[in-house]
Amino acid sequence: MRRRAGDRYRRQAPGQPRAVGYLYVLPALLLYAVFLLFPLGQTAWLSLLHWDGLTVATWAGADNYRALLADPSLRGPFLHALALLLFYAALPVALGLLLASALSRFRVRGMTFFRTVLFLPQVLAMVVVGVAWRSILGTDGLLNDTLRAVGLDSLARSWLGDQTWALPAVGTVGTWVETGLCVVLFLAGAQRIPRELYEAARVDGAGPLREFLAVTLPALRAEIAVALTLTIVAGLRNFDLIYITTSGGPGNATSVPAYEVYHRAFETNEVGSAAAMGIALTVLIFALTVTVARLVEGGRGGRDKPGARGGRGDERRERGGDDS
Amino acid sequence: MTGRLERSATYGVLALFAVISLTPVVGVLSTAFGSRSSLDTGFSLPDGLNWGNFAEAWSRGHFGSYLTNSVLVAVAVVAATTVLAVLAAYAFGVMRFPGSNLLFYLFVLGLTLPEEALVVPLYFDLRYWQLTDSYWALILPQTAQSLAFGVFWMRTYFRNSSRSVIEAARIDGASSWTTLWRVLVPMGRPALSTMAVIVFMWTWNEFLMALVMVSDEAHRTVPLGLAFFQGQYSSDTALLAAASVLIALPVVVVYVALQRRFIEGMLTGAVKE
Repeated sequence: MRRRAGDRYRRQAPGQPRAVGYLYVLPALLLYAVFLLFPLGQTAWLSLLHWDGLTVATWAGADNYRALLADPSLRGPFLHALALLLFYAALPVALGLLLASALSRFRVRGMTFFRTVLFLPQVLAMVVVGVAWRSILGTDGLLNDTLRAVGLDSLARSWLGDQTWALPAVGTVGTWVETGLCVVLFLAGAQRIPRELYEAARVDGAGPLREFLAVTLPALRAEIAVALTLTIVAGLRNFDLIYITTSGGPGNATSVPAYEVYHRAFETNEVGSAAAMGIALTVLIFALTVTVARLVEGGRGGRDKPGARGGRGDERRERGGDDS
Repeated sequence: MTGRLERSATYGVLALFAVISLTPVVGVLSTAFGSRSSLDTGFSLPDGLNWGNFAEAWSRGHFGSYLTNSVLVAVAVVAATTVLAVLAAYAFGVMRFPGSNLLFYLFVLGLTLPEEALVVPLYFDLRYWQLTDSYWALILPQTAQSLAFGVFWMRTYFRNSSRSVIEAARIDGASSWTTLWRVLVPMGRPALSTMAVIVFMWTWNEFLMALVMVSDEAHRTVPLGLAFFQGQYSSDTALLAAASVLIALPVVVVYVALQRRFIEGMLTGAVKE
């Protein structure tokens, strides 16, 4: 607090050279570099090769990437992943907003219970979630039993084995997993909205819809960005669930990039192509999360919320504040 | 004033969401206690409490040894992540050195990075070092990935920990090392335990890394065990459900006990970038 900017490097740890910071970081950095940064670079390198994992690799240049655009069996997974984002991100955020805005209008009793229950799917291993939902969506599963019970026998089908319905079926599982996360996030945000804003809106004669648009939605901007980031990343990293429920099938109806990376690298020996897929997936995730961050940053300057936006801006502000 | 009708409607919607959230969970639980003779592949209501399914799944699925593996790997990953993340985050949080920002963002990068972008070369590297089919192949990459969260999370704690405490320790002549372990770490137990629990859950549930790195049965972790078990006993829903319960239970118990800290940690921490 009282130190001046000039001696901030010298005075941090009296009696210790400032280089001591590097020593603290070093062990973590070593492990991180060897098992994360270095492999990432290797993936980028592999993506430029034709390699089956056994014989000598040959240079491919941009071939693997060109194939991502041209080859339907490689392009398809990306289209599926984008379609799944409707179920993983858009729908949960919409449902979360709906529920949170209803709940923010008065004090709900038993909130802890509801929050615990709604968030539960986030905690379960995707493998377990997959096994449970395979049961629900199976031929004699809960969903079909329910349909038959209400006389809609004609709708019953093997949801995960149906060319048309498999992708939406997997998506529904994603909605189930992510909705609770969104609700919990938005509720936390809604609790911070000053009551007076609602009262003022009501005095002005606003109905629930206007209240939502004028008060709740703007106030939850940061939380929406966080929710979108989390659900988009979860939706695109969706390997376990696909592996357990459909293995990309029927046909290629539910293949997604995360699954194709595994499938190509370890089952069909197309390592270069798998690596290109991995890199493209990474780029897609970064592009989408940065876009979400930008959208929020664009509309609003203020509130400090670590992680709600791309960290860089926050960081500089934070640092400026805390050192002088 | 909110009307009575609106209130009950809201509770109704909330209850509906809760039921939807719980149905698959309760379904698995009830099937796990069900009788194995049932040919229905969906959920079934138990005709009593057939604890036998758990024993059967336990012995047939070798879940005893899988659980041991999972515990071993999870404990090692949590311990290594905690120590390494605390050291690094301490430097990032309270020290100034050239390049600290860049290094910190290098760690944070790991939070959005999909493991699909790493797993292919990691497999070939670890095979080259003859580490596949060993605990190392599970522990080392997962620790590296957990560090992204650990460093981010603990740095926030160190930044927010009171400056005056650190200064007081310094005036008393404590070195940065002593300050860290004698003052800041004991004070930071809540932050530390939240991180430990979340890293534990991620490690416990990890599937892709285990699937790729381990081909022998001796090193299988529980999610992997369940996947193979499903392959073998796909029609034996009661056994499959019992196995699922065995696998999910440790995490769910921890979650229910610590739900508040857990949710906050996941929301703050998982919010990468």
